[in-house]
Amino acid sequence: MNDMLQQIEPLIPSLRRYARALTRNAATADDLVQDCLERAVSRWHQRRDGDARPWLFAILHNLAVSQFRQQATRGPHIALEAIGEHDVRQDAVQENQLIYQDVMDKLARLPEDQRAVLLLIAVEDLTYAEASKVLGVPIGTVMSRLSRARDRLQQELEQATKGTQAGPAQLRSVK
Amino acid sequence: MNHRPITEDDLHGYVDGVLEPERQAEVASYLEGHPEVAERVATYSSQRKLLRAALAPIADEPLPPRLNLARMIEDRRRRVVPKWWAIAAVLLVCIGGLGGWVIRGALETKGQGLTALAQEAAYSYGVYAPDHIRPVEIRASSSPELVQWISNRLHQPVKVPDLTTSGYRLMGGRLVATSHGPAAMFMYDDDRGTRLVVLARPMHEDQNGPMAPHSGDGVSGFAWADDGLGYGLVGPSAPDALKPIADEARKQTRSMI
Repeated sequence: MNDMLQQIEPLIPSLRRYARALTRNAATADDLVQDCLERAVSRWHQRRDGDARPWLFAILHNLAVSQFRQQATRGPHIALEAIGEHDVRQDAVQENQLIYQDVMDKLARLPEDQRAVLLLIAVEDLTYAEASKVLGVPIGTVMSRLSRARDRLQQELEQATKGTQAGPAQLRSVK
Repeated sequence: MNHRPITEDDLHGYVDGVLEPERQAEVASYLEGHPEVAERVATYSSQRKLLRAALAPIADEPLPPRLNLARMIEDRRRRVVPKWWAIAAVLLVCIGGLGGWVIRGALETKGQGLTALAQEAAYSYGVYAPDHIRPVEIRASSSPELVQWISNRLHQPVKVPDLTTSGYRLMGGRLVATSHGPAAMFMYDDDRGTRLVVLARPMHEDQNGPMAPHSGDGVSGFAWADDGLGYGLVGPSAPDALKPIADEARKQTRSMI
């Protein structure tokens, strides 16, 4: 039992960060993390290999995906992004607020599978192999999604710059 | 020099810093010669930095009380244990009904509580202690794994007594079947190869029982129970010699409660 506590507890901040970045809503994210932890506690003995990190991220990711699916059938995916803005903004350092806000907004425009892979690898430092396990896809798919995610995010960021140059009307149409 | 061609995957590996140092250097020198690729890679790196910086504060936030893992584990333990007792009770009824037929002889134990536990410990000793090929399933070198497995199967934390002060080293352990459900068996040996067995399982009867001696078939042992967990220690030595070892084991298993 102690072993479980020692292995899982240090990972909770990362799990929260991943959930928040995916959902962009603090309360929804913590709901997911709570659900994830409860499942982890009850299934700890079913865990096959040693490292708890990819295992926990996999549980969390699957919960998030099934929640996205439920929401997709109900339709309010856009509402989520709108609510989430404040949560990320609050935490950012004052002077960088707008830049951070912007990159999170752009990230939110990526398809969910690209967003997930980018967050797991670039932010949570999972290896490509671990990300493949978490997402349940071959490593080749992880690499191509990562590549598309980075190109797409760059496009979004550059488009925004051009949009600013072209004037506010352009900005609105991007959204 | 003939380098492997630089692939798209290498570029990402370079950005994420996961390449071997040698390959990292190869990519770096490739980028020097390909400014347009270098520019793209630089945007990937700056994205990475931006995302990390934007999201870093979330991981520094204090955890809300509902994500208190220690409490979750504790809550679950409380919920699971009574449930397990209900199952155990049902099983006992089934065993009482059907078991007389099915497992008559093999696992039949006379009496209940500590008497049954003592007998089960002696059976385990009889089966596993003479085994020279695989007396234990999980060796002492993997004891965290052993403890985890056993504790999960018994639905309560089980501590492996350390008997080194009495001259016995842990060899390892396994899960064994008893007529009262799964039990943990730990095996020890001393420098002369004398083996001891400690059997532990949840107790339905005699949840707290004083240390009781038993002997027969050339072995002797002691059984006791504390807070619902029963222990039986069995060895080929005389009861007088085993008693201090059993006392030591009980002292240790109690200290965890």
